[in-house]
Amino acid sequence: MANQLHVEVVAVEEKIWSGEAEMLVARTTEGELGVLPGHAPLLGQLAEPGQVRVKISGGDEISYDVSGGFLSITDEGVTVLAESAEQAAPAAR
Amino acid sequence: MAAQVRVLRQRIRSAKSMKKITKAMELVATSRIAKAQARVAASLPYAQAITGVLTALASNASVDHPLLTARPQVRRAGVLLITSDRGLAGGYSSNAIKTAESLTARLREDGKEPVLYVIGRKGVTYYRFRNRPIEQSWTGFSEQPAFNDARAVGETLIKAFTHGADDGEDHSGPDGVQGVDELHIVYTEFKSLMTQTPTTRIIGPMEVEERPRVEGVLPAYEFEPEAEALLDALLPKYINTRIYAALLESAASESAARRRAMKSATDNAEEMIQNYTREMNSARQAGITQEISEIVGGANALAASGSEV
Repeated sequence: MANQLHVEVVAVEEKIWSGEAEMLVARTTEGELGVLPGHAPLLGQLAEPGQVRVKISGGDEISYDVSGGFLSITDEGVTVLAESAEQAAPAAR
Repeated sequence: MAAQVRVLRQRIRSAKSMKKITKAMELVATSRIAKAQARVAASLPYAQAITGVLTALASNASVDHPLLTARPQVRRAGVLLITSDRGLAGGYSSNAIKTAESLTARLREDGKEPVLYVIGRKGVTYYRFRNRPIEQSWTGFSEQPAFNDARAVGETLIKAFTHGADDGEDHSGPDGVQGVDELHIVYTEFKSLMTQTPTTRIIGPMEVEERPRVEGVLPAYEFEPEAEALLDALLPKYINTRIYAALLESAASESAARRRAMKSATDNAEEMIQNYTREMNSARQAGITQEISEIVGGANALAASGSEV
């Protein structure tokens, strides 16, 4: 748990993805935000349309196109709440 | 006699084909229940997460959002009724309608004017037939609701609720639209495969279902944007989620009710087939017995007349 971040991407109709990651990058209405393990608790509204990128260990990256999304960071991990989320085309590694 | 046997055979045939249909519907409904339950389970993570977020937000921000505060005087109360699109589901729709009717009667007693929003063709037909006004209705998704459907309903209801804020006595307020001051929802709770109960819930003013918290202190959150703006954005989503959950649960209940209705129809058809078969056999046997006794009687008569000559 020390340097891994528990990430959950949840859409209304189903849970999209959950797992351990190294970093999560999202854009709230206030600006771009990178989340590393141990981030302070935060609630944010994601920008519309927004993209959430999850960096998994090993250099892989998953991106999701998110609409109507919120970001909740607690001690337990990060939850991305979305009305709908779809995996975006894989970014160039 | 032969005619009676033929009639019975016809009846057995029609009962058998009816049984085939009801059996097929029963099987379809059974698989739909499982699917609906899976969808309820799939929607839980989001519902839990948004409830958690709102609880955190409500304990940090001042909770006097218009969607959360009760109006001092309630003149019009919106009632959202969820029924099915198709029949053959036993008492499913009529039970839901009955519950809505007793709710509207209670609202009227309290001096509130009920405003109806109906989901499902059965409910719409019920009120159309009685020439009673429906504010708005949605049909076509009662068995497999999608979140978009819930959102469409939710947006209409929230709009009506916010319009209701400035309504005066018997007239619409400055915005020119007559809204509602309260929102109720009537849906069918899925208790088990055998029991589904129609339930009424109040969704406006909203009460955030607080999760029982074990830890003492909630973490001090940072907010992006401000907590009030966040609450503004989150609350409508939360109401949509609640409507979606109610739709899913009603869909599961509808399939369960249909399965039960079709099961008893199948059982009845089976019993009918059995009874008719028995009746047909005894009619055939009676026919044979009579024929034999006629032949024996005829032979005896011939023998008697022959011996005399």
